[in-house]
Amino acid sequence: MMRPAVYWRFASFAVAAGFVGLWQLISNLRLVSPVFLPGPDRAWASLVRGFTSGDLGAKLIGTLEHMAYGWFLASVAGIALGAMIGSSRVMRSYVAPSLEFLRPLPVSAIIPVAIALFGLTQGMALFVIAFGAIWPMLLATVHGFAAVEPRLYEVSRSLQMPRLAVIFKIALPSAAPDILAGMRLSLTVALILSVVCEILAGLDGLGHSVLLSARAFRSADLFAGVILLGVIGYLTSVAMSFAEARILRYRHRD
Amino acid sequence: MIPERIKALVLPLAALLALEIWARGVHLQSDSLAPPSAIALALGAAFGDGAILSATRDTLASAFTGLLLGGAIGLGFGIALGVFQTLDRLMEVTIEAIRPVPSIALLPIALIALGFGYRMEIVIVAFACVWPVLILSRAAVREVEPRLIEVSRALRLSPADRVYKIIIPAALPRIFVAFRLAAGIALIVAVTVEIAINPIGLGAAIMAAQQGLQPDLMLALLLWIGVIGYGLNAGLNLAQRRLFGRAALVRDPA
Repeated sequence: MMRPAVYWRFASFAVAAGFVGLWQLISNLRLVSPVFLPGPDRAWASLVRGFTSGDLGAKLIGTLEHMAYGWFLASVAGIALGAMIGSSRVMRSYVAPSLEFLRPLPVSAIIPVAIALFGLTQGMALFVIAFGAIWPMLLATVHGFAAVEPRLYEVSRSLQMPRLAVIFKIALPSAAPDILAGMRLSLTVALILSVVCEILAGLDGLGHSVLLSARAFRSADLFAGVILLGVIGYLTSVAMSFAEARILRYRHRD
Repeated sequence: MIPERIKALVLPLAALLALEIWARGVHLQSDSLAPPSAIALALGAAFGDGAILSATRDTLASAFTGLLLGGAIGLGFGIALGVFQTLDRLMEVTIEAIRPVPSIALLPIALIALGFGYRMEIVIVAFACVWPVLILSRAAVREVEPRLIEVSRALRLSPADRVYKIIIPAALPRIFVAFRLAAGIALIVAVTVEIAINPIGLGAAIMAAQQGLQPDLMLALLLWIGVIGYGLNAGLNLAQRRLFGRAALVRDPA
């Protein structure tokens, strides 16, 4: 049964390779000016050069740090706040509507406010990334807590479990799939906001470096940076699915 | 008992009142905060001279043009990939390689290729809108009731007729959901591009207010952007319920 899947995968890679070949052909024939579109060979050479003799590695780590710190802060704060709001009916009816109102706000609109409050600093970037990434997790936690099977809460009441025990033993495990889905969505938001903050504040990272490459019309370096950002997006999402599958394994055991 | 609607308003009103009293109490002179009364006045003034309306028009025009362009591309590919399984399997690696590139990373490329203005913003918005529409419409087409496909075969409909007469009507509710989600993304991406670099629209206006040290105008614009985001979301949700009722009740994919 495995055979056909492997063949399809191989064919699919061949098609992707064909597109890269087409890209090379277009740039070789100069159908698009090389100022805008470097061939894959030049982008690859720039990528290799950036890692061996340049500072691409340091930029990559800079972006990953912004993303990771903001996302981590948002995860902790989002799940804690969500647990606080979700586990109390009074809090839910007073606070949840305000959260639903704020939810569709394009989060990047708070960047100017953050700049006014913190200046063009790392702290500003951390605040913006955490503020943007908190929403999916916060709302997933609130909804997940509200959707816990009511009989489980009744059991906890008759066992006279303290509120913290109810949160950790019943509500969190039950809401875990929603929360993890929220965390995955937040990763993408965190990456995008890291890039925007780096562009605006000139912080060390890929966002700033691709902008400088564009300003200097160094298109090979620009494409190398964009490809690297795509790789970050892909790998973090793969890592998150892997973690999700591991954490939720107990649900499929029966 | 206090009605739920009133409970929902308690928190925002209390926060506004507290901010107003605090700002008056300390005779606030700040580059980053302003009392709510000043924010309301600034919003009124911005409406009065029409600046906010033309900025809103610029932002919404770019967002919706990008949405239509990206949505059309996404829908076309989504239907094609949903109907022809072979094509889907062949394109898999290519799509999975391009999709994780964060839309905002394309900003420098669009900047050198198209310069400032509507065009670069529309291209970035379109790129961001392609993926949700493609993924969701592909899934919608695949999950069309198999008996309908059998009927189309029995009637010997041509492939084009099968798509127009059977598949699109059957998948329409879920395609609308895809466009609803993409509309939210379009607004977010448009504002983000304007804040990061593009000197048009609401994003540029809010950045200018911050740099001009007008916190009242800046917060008024933030509020207005929030209202637009909320209104767009609420309007599309209402349209979905009116047009499709229960047919569109599918879980929003995170």
